[in-house]
Amino acid sequence: MTKLKIEDLAKIQEKTKRLTNLRDGAGRVKITVHMGTCGIAAGARNIMSSLLSEMEKHNISDVIVTTSGCAGLCSREPMATVEIVGESPVKYVDLTEAKIVEIFNKHVLGGEVVTDYALAVGSERTH
Amino acid sequence: MKPYRMHLMVCAGTACVSNKSYKIKKVLEEEIKKQGLEDEVAVVTTGCNGFCAQGPLMVVQPDGVFYQLLKEEDIPHLVEEHFLKGRPVKEKMYVPPEEKMPIPTMDNIDFFKYQRLIALRNRGLIDPEKIDEYIARDGYNALVKALTEMSPDDIIREVKTSGLRGRGGAGFPTGLKWELTRASENGEVEKYIVCNADEGDPGAFMDRSIIESDPHSVLEGMAIGARAIGATKGFIYIRHEYPLALERLNKAIKQACEYGLLGENILDTGFNFDVDVHRGAGAFVCGEETALLAALEGRFGEPRPRPPYPVEKGLWGKPTNINNVETWANVPIIISRGSKWFSEIGTETSKGTKVFSLVGKINNTGLVEVPMGITMRDIVYKIGGGIPDGKEFKAVQTGGPSGGCIPKALLDLPVDYESLTDAGSMMGSGGMVVMDEETCMVDVARYFLTFTQDESCGKCTPCREGTKRMLEILTKITQGEGTEEDLQLLEELANEVKKSALCGLGKTAPNPVLTTLRYFRDEYETHIREKKCPAHVCRKLNVYTIDPEICVTKGHGCGVCMRECPEGAIAGEKNKPHRIEQDKCIKCGVCYEVCRFKAIYIQ
Repeated sequence: MTKLKIEDLAKIQEKTKRLTNLRDGAGRVKITVHMGTCGIAAGARNIMSSLLSEMEKHNISDVIVTTSGCAGLCSREPMATVEIVGESPVKYVDLTEAKIVEIFNKHVLGGEVVTDYALAVGSERTH
Repeated sequence: MKPYRMHLMVCAGTACVSNKSYKIKKVLEEEIKKQGLEDEVAVVTTGCNGFCAQGPLMVVQPDGVFYQLLKEEDIPHLVEEHFLKGRPVKEKMYVPPEEKMPIPTMDNIDFFKYQRLIALRNRGLIDPEKIDEYIARDGYNALVKALTEMSPDDIIREVKTSGLRGRGGAGFPTGLKWELTRASENGEVEKYIVCNADEGDPGAFMDRSIIESDPHSVLEGMAIGARAIGATKGFIYIRHEYPLALERLNKAIKQACEYGLLGENILDTGFNFDVDVHRGAGAFVCGEETALLAALEGRFGEPRPRPPYPVEKGLWGKPTNINNVETWANVPIIISRGSKWFSEIGTETSKGTKVFSLVGKINNTGLVEVPMGITMRDIVYKIGGGIPDGKEFKAVQTGGPSGGCIPKALLDLPVDYESLTDAGSMMGSGGMVVMDEETCMVDVARYFLTFTQDESCGKCTPCREGTKRMLEILTKITQGEGTEEDLQLLEELANEVKKSALCGLGKTAPNPVLTTLRYFRDEYETHIREKKCPAHVCRKLNVYTIDPEICVTKGHGCGVCMRECPEGAIAGEKNKPHRIEQDKCIKCGVCYEVCRFKAIYIQ
């Protein structure tokens, strides 16, 4: 191992931070892939993999990807919810791998809701 | 590298490891693989999270879901339900005492909510065995700042104005100590930096947890201190009983050396500093700085009179700066965030936070870091979750065997150096033993004195003889043989030993006696005058009696006590009340423990 110089320290920090950022739990965007039995049967696992690959491709570290159970609309699975911090969550339905990549690029990176695939804006009341 | 979407932070502090957290980790990895999630979910081992009573623990990030009391057989369900399908498992979440609803996330649990982490800033968030993860959280940035932007005087000024005081017990201002060491002989001779990790108080594990969860914070602090005082060599004196902390420390030193963050020409700045680890051999007195230095030199671990203080004549007669683990861990963040930020936390005289190990009769046993000035009540009830089984709070012992007992009346006392000293106790290194109504304060004093008497090195007479005589008197009182004169003599002795002992051990050993005499004198008097122990702890004073009615109506004269009594002191037959023959009874308490019908009571 070669000894570090000051600038190397910053590089290590940058590189490792990208991998550990999510431990702080505060991303700019949160994407929830619905992974109920219905979601998995309809292909949610592939949606998840495409999403993670896309993130790797764009070197993204401020997006948190998480899963949740069945959203109650089993016929429209696979589903995902995109929530940019400070904005209302958007639910996307009938997803395919191509659609989630498009959503990632347009909505997550570009900030523009892909209305064609969206079911609704907002969430159910939880209390 | 593809980013993981989920990090499972598995606690691997000593407490969780002894509850098989490494095995849990292995099963987790197997199950994750089974579900094909190995590219999406990472398993990370961290240092102690502090909530040791609920271990083994795991925190799921990014959502912060907190799982506790994990067992191997829980894992397959957990992996499928939560990590695959996204449905957190309620059964493994924390439920506050006397409540029914589980609390899913860590930051909503009272135990964590009221803490403020400075010394433990990285706990549970990094893998302590990976230097890169420490660097990711601004690690070694403070060292860069100290080496490139600050002169030694700047560093000392910053630490001085931060108000940081020694976290090992006495609370001496850290910046001032550094200044004195720097000024001593002024750069002409070699100087040393020492980290005191000889944590010996019963029930205290602050330093161990800091090293286990974030060893680099201590190393970085020491390197900054070395730069400030002009030292190139540091020593860590660590307790023999801390194998895991030692292992992580050695790994951390090795990694830091490989990266050139320790050793020669650090970060190409021309600064040299390296660290050696020395294992203690198990003597409590070696936590005292002069005894520690003697042990480091390879001599007998005995204290010597001060002055000269180690800042003038320390290791091998050279100026030496000794600080405790927690003090060192505070240094990097003070340098990187500035003294102003630090000095805004805490009270007028005590700045920053303090780590306490909260043990004894308390619901949430564990390690907590709180801002100075928080009240004892908040620590015991808000963070600690109160006393188990609805019992009454009686006292809290702070500062270990060198500290004193704070009674209920002082629950609203703000915790800082001065207020604890005024109350007759001390901050100490941060042990907090909570006691409930079933604790006998005379017995507590006797217990702590047994410890200090045993650990007294015997060099000075006040400590060697004084603690022995005090212990004799206390034992006499707990056995019902104490007299009024004994009480007087005990108090006199305690005050004398406090004044005349050579080192901190002897000077503080009488504190448990003095504080219990001050706040619980009535208990001593009851032991002496009425030959009774109000808490029924001192068995010799207990008179066991069988309630004839309960014995017959509920127990039908079951005879269990009769069979279990080792002295044959119980007489009776089936369906008739049993009776204890007091002259044969040796007061072992066995009958009281075995009676399921609670027919036996203590008078």
